[in-house]
Amino acid sequence: MAQATMQDGITIASDTAAHAAERALNGKRNRTNDALFFHVTRFFAVLTLVTLVGIIVSLVVAAWPSITTFGLPFLWSPDWNAPAEKFGALIPIYGTLVTSVIALLIAVPVSFGIALFLTELSPRWLRRPLGTAIELLAAIPSIVYGMWGLLVFAPLFGKYVQPLLGGTLGKIPLVGALFSGPPLGIGLLTAGIILAIMIIPFIAAVMRDVFEVTPAMLKESAYGVGATTWEVVWNVVLPYTKVGVVGGIMLGLGRALGETMAVTFVIGNTNLLNNLSLFSPGNSITSALANEFQEANPGLHTAALIQLGLILFILTFLVLALSKWMLAKMKINEGAVVGG
Amino acid sequence: MDLVRRRKWTNKIALGLSLAAMAFGVFWLAWILKDVLVLGIGGLSVQLFTEMTPAPGSQGGLLNAIVGSLIMVALATLIGAPIGMLAGVYLAEFGQRGWLGSTTRFINDILLSAPSIVIGLFIYALVVARMGGFSGLAGVLALALIVVPVVVRTTENMLILVPNSLREAAFALGSPKWRVVKSVTLRAARAGVITGVLLAVARIAGETAPLLFTALSNQFWSVSLAQPMANLPVTIFKFAMSPFADWQQLAWAGVFLITIGVLAINVVARALFKEEIKR
Repeated sequence: MAQATMQDGITIASDTAAHAAERALNGKRNRTNDALFFHVTRFFAVLTLVTLVGIIVSLVVAAWPSITTFGLPFLWSPDWNAPAEKFGALIPIYGTLVTSVIALLIAVPVSFGIALFLTELSPRWLRRPLGTAIELLAAIPSIVYGMWGLLVFAPLFGKYVQPLLGGTLGKIPLVGALFSGPPLGIGLLTAGIILAIMIIPFIAAVMRDVFEVTPAMLKESAYGVGATTWEVVWNVVLPYTKVGVVGGIMLGLGRALGETMAVTFVIGNTNLLNNLSLFSPGNSITSALANEFQEANPGLHTAALIQLGLILFILTFLVLALSKWMLAKMKINEGAVVGG
Repeated sequence: MDLVRRRKWTNKIALGLSLAAMAFGVFWLAWILKDVLVLGIGGLSVQLFTEMTPAPGSQGGLLNAIVGSLIMVALATLIGAPIGMLAGVYLAEFGQRGWLGSTTRFINDILLSAPSIVIGLFIYALVVARMGGFSGLAGVLALALIVVPVVVRTTENMLILVPNSLREAAFALGSPKWRVVKSVTLRAARAGVITGVLLAVARIAGETAPLLFTALSNQFWSVSLAQPMANLPVTIFKFAMSPFADWQQLAWAGVFLITIGVLAINVVARALFKEEIKR
């Protein structure tokens, strides 16, 4: 392939040498083409920036009626009453945050274990297939997780696991309030678990990649003075890759906050918040949008839903920006070590 | 002596937990895939590909949804992929320094992971609210917006992998820059760029959230881009949430088709990419 290109180039060179006048013409045409090429590609790069600005501006404009009507209290008002045209974002925001926190609590330790296994423990021949399996898990569309969660996981969870949790953790004072109430199968806890299954591959893949940049010399020095595998990972690899690991976790959090289908199927979609139980059904920003938007009256209801979307976008933007910044810092460190 | 034993035990427990975490991850993958395969294959039939989505309680297939999805994914890729490639070329060939390159790269990475439901809202506010109704065109635009960042990222990454000596050799022969990019760097990175486009197709094939407020869905046969257009993900959403056994059965069949399609595209993309690395 490269050979063909070279020949192409040589033909141009000899042609231009033979015809000086044509070369001048060609040179001019090439300069115009080069300028055109530069501006066209730059136009599309700028378009990406414009898209972001466009998203924010259009959401603010569409949410404006709601922003002016409810003001800042929109963020903590628990009302969500479509007929009375009273809207507040507390319940969806609470649902989004609670499900994402549950997801992280499960996904972070598991992802760490998977990354540790893939980089330090697994026999070499198994690394590739297992790594691929985890990456494929990330490729499965979220609607598959959601539907499976609703039709397969939630009934089993409500029948076997929730009574068990209610009977044990539910008896402990204070913590018990989180695990009380009827076992419905669906609800905040179920949504958090399905979310965790979804984001494990994302976090595990990033952790594995950053673990792999730890210089072999560092690890071998630690092994050389008699450290165990666990001590090497905990005291050498993890401190070295700390920023990247946190960046990976933030990336997973960004995914969890904005995930729609996996949550909408199993969260229960009710705008009620009268107890702290994780068993009770709730609503997240994304599930409120997915369920209500099509039927919403144009006007205040639609505007309030779009404002929810705006809040979500700002929230994920901040989390993802932080994640990106941390992962970028990781790369700089890596470059510095290689350079030194 | 005691310290050594304690360290060894800590190590054993930690590594045991790590093994358990790996098993945990693989366990869910296996369970979900098993259910999708078993329940999905149970729902497969000739009707699935020859009949329209039915009313509750009657027989039918998913023909209109399958065709609608194919049309929208194809058009979205045709619109999004060239835009993404050109922007990616800019980032790799011109934007290595300077604020525009680094800002675009940063924003693009954010858009890559931004919630897709917000993309749906954006297109709703921009297109649907103005055109006065849900339409296949709006769905195509929403999906195209998701394709762009994926293609930008992979195109840039693949072009950066092309060794500079190739570019220098071409410049030394007097080729203009556009020609160097078109005939040398893009050609050398071809397989990688195609991989990126395939991954983008796999990504949008299962996207549901951005279609809810744009293409909506359609119970009937329609290939008009000005009308709401049936599509697999939204149909699956509607059917799976319903209490009707017939509809749930069709939803499993639909999920089976999407999962197999997405995994197949991923496997092909990986194989293509590996081939490229070998050369």
